Amino acid sequence: MPLIQVKDLRVGYNVYEGLLKVLDGINFFVERKEKVGIIGESACGKTTAMKAIMRILAKNSVLMGGKILYDGNDILRMNDTQFTEIRRKKFSMIFQDPSAALNPVFTIRQQFYDIIRYSSNQRMTKDMIHERAVELLKQAALPEPERILDSYPFQLSGGMKQRVNIAMALVSANELLIADEPGTALDVTIEDQILRLLKKIVEERRISIILISHALGTIKHFVDRIYVMYAGTIVESGPTEKVFKNPKHPYTQLLIDSVPKLTGEGVPEGIPGIVPSYLNPPHGCRFVTRCPYAMQVCKEKVPPSYEVEQLHYASCFLYDNGENGKDE
Amino acid sequence: MPLVFSMTTEKMERMSEPILIVENVKKYFNTARGIIKAVDGVSFFVNQGEVFGVVGESGSGKTTLGNMVVGIYTPTSGKIIYKGQDIAKHAKERPKWLKKDIQIVFQNPASSLNPRRTIRQTLEVPLKVHMPSSNIAERVDKLLEMVDLPPEFAERYPDELGGGEKQLVAIARALATEPSFVVLDEPTSALDVSVQGKIIKILMNLKKRLNLSYMFITHNLSLMSNVADRVAIMYLGKVRELAETRDFFLNPMHPYTRMLLSSIPVITDEEEKLKPKRIESMGEIAGALNIPPGCSFHPRCPFVMDVCRSVDPPLNELAPAHFCSCHLYTTSNNAYDKYKK
Amino acid sequence: MMIQKKSWAGTLTKKYGRYWYKFKSNKISLVGLGVIVFVAVIAIFAPWITPYPTSAGLYVNFSQQKLPPSLAHPFGTDEFGRDLLTRVAFGFRYSLTLVAVVLSISVAPGVVLGLIAGYYVNRWFSAVIMRIADVFVAVPPLLLALSVASVLTPSAINAMMAVSLAWWPWYTRLVYSIASSLRNEDYVKAAELVGASPTHIMFKEIFPNALGSILTKVTLDAGWVILIGAALSYVGLGAQAPTPDLGTMISEGSQYLPASWWISIFPACAIVAVILGFNLLGDGVNDMFSSSIK
Repeated sequence: MPLIQVKDLRVGYNVYEGLLKVLDGINFFVERKEKVGIIGESACGKTTAMKAIMRILAKNSVLMGGKILYDGNDILRMNDTQFTEIRRKKFSMIFQDPSAALNPVFTIRQQFYDIIRYSSNQRMTKDMIHERAVELLKQAALPEPERILDSYPFQLSGGMKQRVNIAMALVSANELLIADEPGTALDVTIEDQILRLLKKIVEERRISIILISHALGTIKHFVDRIYVMYAGTIVESGPTEKVFKNPKHPYTQLLIDSVPKLTGEGVPEGIPGIVPSYLNPPHGCRFVTRCPYAMQVCKEKVPPSYEVEQLHYASCFLYDNGENGKDE
Repeated sequence: MPLVFSMTTEKMERMSEPILIVENVKKYFNTARGIIKAVDGVSFFVNQGEVFGVVGESGSGKTTLGNMVVGIYTPTSGKIIYKGQDIAKHAKERPKWLKKDIQIVFQNPASSLNPRRTIRQTLEVPLKVHMPSSNIAERVDKLLEMVDLPPEFAERYPDELGGGEKQLVAIARALATEPSFVVLDEPTSALDVSVQGKIIKILMNLKKRLNLSYMFITHNLSLMSNVADRVAIMYLGKVRELAETRDFFLNPMHPYTRMLLSSIPVITDEEEKLKPKRIESMGEIAGALNIPPGCSFHPRCPFVMDVCRSVDPPLNELAPAHFCSCHLYTTSNNAYDKYKK
Repeated sequence: MMIQKKSWAGTLTKKYGRYWYKFKSNKISLVGLGVIVFVAVIAIFAPWITPYPTSAGLYVNFSQQKLPPSLAHPFGTDEFGRDLLTRVAFGFRYSLTLVAVVLSISVAPGVVLGLIAGYYVNRWFSAVIMRIADVFVAVPPLLLALSVASVLTPSAINAMMAVSLAWWPWYTRLVYSIASSLRNEDYVKAAELVGASPTHIMFKEIFPNALGSILTKVTLDAGWVILIGAALSYVGLGAQAPTPDLGTMISEGSQYLPASWWISIFPACAIVAVILGFNLLGDGVNDMFSSSIK
């Protein structure tokens, strides 16, 4: 059984203009010890999906359906006591902005101790808490844990703050770590270090990770399996190598093509058009407004997921009836 | 002599004429905790019609440099010569024609457009200042057309537009005064890759059509290799390497350039080949208040030598038109020889 | 969604519909709005809707003296036999006039000075403006109003002047802090770089972005102005008899406590209701300009 299985998740947001139908029945799963990546552009629902797992959706959100199964139990329907146990012991999340998760008026020591104390069921002595904090900071490759503990967040660089966030997340991430664009706010060389560190930690601790990013290269070098999201739907999924070598959904193909290459053949055109409004998204495939292969059926029906090669799925009518062409 | 030939030579001559020369420019900020040397002795020139790329991470001083060119900051010392005149002063003290001639596009379109003013109101500002006698309403429509936006966008507020569309409006505003030099400060960094292409395409078309010169600031090396004619790389306020784009990517010299290149998560195998043998990124970028002595990169450099800790290497021309400031190329060094093998 | 033809209502909805949506996202703000609208209606139409309009002025009827609340006099009567319900309604009139006068005198100069000081933050006159504002702010508004009012002859007009004098520097400070941070925004820099005039930048670029905070403060302050006005009247430095003022009424009624409690308690409740109303309304106005509600 997978560690996490998301089934037909539908989440919307109430705003002045009406209901934004953001997540439109997404399905995905994460196995134990698996590194899963979710790729997609801004505002395609990646973060909403993760917030649903952590049950930290905004106040104006509306859960319109679906399940998030953990060990066969639906996270969305657990009572607070049950879910608190998960938050203390099983899952944790790292955010894009390393400063946002740290309180600027407390030292790292005060914040870190609180987290360790909160996540533990037994009473811990101060020495035990301290020992644990130092151990985790060392794992996050912070060389002088004592100095870090005595610092306020503003005294640390962005990279160091993100390492502190990782160390803090490790207190409760005994089964799953969700990393939402962990390096995006950092410099290229620092992002590289943070991602290498994260990879090392999840492999050593044998935990699962969901890495969210809009940077294809980052995802490619990190995860075992990827999901490609577009406008609140998952359009393609499969083992990382296969998806990058042989992208099947027109969106994935265009997205990969739009990244400028170091080899410098000129800046690619990108994807024409814009993401549809979530107020009135297209009825069929949500990519239909921008797809160069759009057919009549795409406007009418939501495409099911077709297995285009082993374990590689694409939600696109181009692959109906076993027809595999048109992707070149 | 055939007419075509003479035109080509004339065009080539114009191409190689520097429109902007930056000479040993410094910008220090006095703060309560000490002096921040944001830009510390930078020299380069930008040719007429060229895209000059400036690459760097946070603290490199690339944005401060761009801000000095447009006149948001006054340099602490040094010269900025534009079309033969020293313009190293604040925009408020510059003559009117300069404000018209040099423009900037900021990184984040969400903050560079006033949220409480319509697109038309925003675009009208430069027109009212510099071309008060023209038909302003008509010009606003023309500007929108120029950046490929529909005319009805004029009545909208910025929050009714997508990120890419907002940046196109910002570009239209910069071009409203018909400038000849534009500083592009990370114009696509806040945008998705799928719209980046469109923005760059429009920028490059306009450059050709309006005969513009660009100073293109970015941290994205992959983008740089596609748009720039020449590239300068900055680290903690200094230019560490400067070369023509092709040369820069095929033969990167400075260890920092190599580290940066090897940190890029690339997608294709061809790109992987272009990356230098892996130099693992290590260490933190030093804070602006305690820049390391000698070469400021030495605490992170895998080939660090004793001399690097005390002497700051000058920017030398190591190959034709390829400048690099590193002791590796002037001192014999075992670590580097090993690396080359 | 298409916006229907450029009808008057359509434009209005497009422009203000979102503000209303945000305002009512917190139901308690609606209570505040309700209270203030109710009070305003009573104040405006007091001469026509109150049961004993003559009680508002110099009117004595000792036969009706200090009557407890009853159907004929829901709030009871005072020591001169005047109907308290009527006097409270007319008291609202005075209070709201006070708010309108004080805020219209103090907000505009306060805002303009704040814009100038904030935009020219490193110049000498910015420091001068702010230090003068600091001197005024250093003295509690009530104390300042009291001391000014005590120098002048006690009257309603002078009380308004005194309160206004205490009020403008708060707007200067508020707008100063907003303007001095907004002046670093890219859109301000962009306008400066093309050579837009300082007046354009202050009033067209910065001011619209400070408007939300200013309006919020105006609403919240309305309550405070009423309170200070009432306090001045209470100590006899504000509106003079027979002007029906809530502060004066409490003060006069306090001599008859606890036996004739209604003479001061009902005006006091009225003040509390208005102040609370303005505060709740202020929260709603704050929500209107907040970006966290979509």
